[in-house]
Amino acid sequence: MSAIYILWLRELKRYIRSRAQIIASLGQPMLYLLVLGFGLGPVFQRAGNGSYLQFVGPGVIGMTVLFSSIFSGLGLLWDRQFGFLKETLVAPVPRLHIMIGRTLGGATVAVLQGLLVTIVCLFAGFRPVNLLSIPLALGFMIAIALVFAALGVAIGSSLQDMQAFQLIMNFVVMPIYFLSGALFPLVGLPKVLAIITRLDPLSYGIDGMRAVLSGKSTFNPVTDLTVLVCVGAVLLVFGAYRFSKIEI
Amino acid sequence: MIKVQHLVKKFGTFTAVDDVSFDVAEGEIFAFLGPNGAGKTTTIKMLTTLLKPTSGAIELDGLNPETQQNAARERFGIVFQDPSLDGDLTAWENMELHGVLYHVPHKQRRQRTEELLRLFELWERRKDQVKKFSGGMKRRLEIARGFLHTPRILFLDEPTLGLDPQSRNQLWNHVKKVNEAERITVFLTTHYMDEADRVAHRIGVIDHGKLVAQGTPKAIKEQTGTDSLEEAFLKLTGSTTRDESADSNDQMRQFAKMWSGAKR
Repeated sequence: MSAIYILWLRELKRYIRSRAQIIASLGQPMLYLLVLGFGLGPVFQRAGNGSYLQFVGPGVIGMTVLFSSIFSGLGLLWDRQFGFLKETLVAPVPRLHIMIGRTLGGATVAVLQGLLVTIVCLFAGFRPVNLLSIPLALGFMIAIALVFAALGVAIGSSLQDMQAFQLIMNFVVMPIYFLSGALFPLVGLPKVLAIITRLDPLSYGIDGMRAVLSGKSTFNPVTDLTVLVCVGAVLLVFGAYRFSKIEI
Repeated sequence: MIKVQHLVKKFGTFTAVDDVSFDVAEGEIFAFLGPNGAGKTTTIKMLTTLLKPTSGAIELDGLNPETQQNAARERFGIVFQDPSLDGDLTAWENMELHGVLYHVPHKQRRQRTEELLRLFELWERRKDQVKKFSGGMKRRLEIARGFLHTPRILFLDEPTLGLDPQSRNQLWNHVKKVNEAERITVFLTTHYMDEADRVAHRIGVIDHGKLVAQGTPKAIKEQTGTDSLEEAFLKLTGSTTRDESADSNDQMRQFAKMWSGAKR
């Protein structure tokens, strides 16, 4: 248990100490929020969908949590390269505990990052339907963070070095983001796209957040949460399995 | 304490460790010597559960590190050849993290961390992030960390690489001390023959993955008809240099170094 705690704490300390990185990682969500939020606003309005800022807010928060949690999982690759991973792998602690500590740490960092972007959204003019929405949205952030931190660890355990990072970025992370309904509503889509978006776990996270924050949902917040919990459980088991197989 | 029989490790067609067998008794200091790329680190990785052998049997304190991983890990401590510190954490935090992972009780952890950081002259810098340390300081911290808990077996993989003579002396005195006081078995590798001659009870020489000689330093010198261990070593392994290909990790580290240098 103490091993899980100390590894969780390590992730948090690293996050708090990298101030430049915190600020840098706010840049992308802000770009999406402000440029798309205000740029696509008039078109969105004319199509009769209401305010685009209200629509894209939850999407941008979800994107932040997605990126932050997957990258924390992939942080495994840095630890492998800089040697720290060995130190944890030879310790007399079940690898499952190490994996859980890292995953919880990464997920916590992702949630903090998500809350930071939530604040940015509020400043930009995003208004949740009521104040109770924020704690509910927090619940969805935690679910999204756990799902993708586990996915990150699973991927990180399966790769040897950072060279595959671009590959993961372009063929896993970006598609998950763009196909999640973060930027456009998941209604009236072509058949193929509709199917793909429904296979993307982030779709349910964003839909859940949108349900509690903006009062609009395509699926249903209960369905959303159920899907996230199930996918999260599967990915945690898979991530733990991959992690237990690491050889250096 | 350590029993290795017909150990083989193959990476594809390359045989890194080829049918190696040896025993290390409890309380013994065993030096594993060999040129670069001879298979020393690969052997240590297999002994410490980081790699699975292709074939052969290993026993650590009666345990099989392949199937009884956790129990085996309880038995040993290791100082790695290449860095394994977290640069974003401070020296103190690196020690703390290690102590928690190795179940060292809180009070003892504090006390020993202070002792060791003072011994290796890092106490004044304990609150600094490790990434700000020089190479020698990092090395000293790794060694201090290795001594934080009291294992049954201590693996030291080229521990003196990059250390000044003072720290080197400090290290070997400490190794001898814990070996005598706590009967810790020590398995070490080094490129400095005088060190091996000085501290090791027995020596194994490995070359191209095969164990070419085994015995006390005296016996090895007699066997090769040489006066120093250095000459004996050269006689056993030849005088040509070996190339170790850089793996992707080394390349990456070089890249990261270049990059962090460019930022400054």
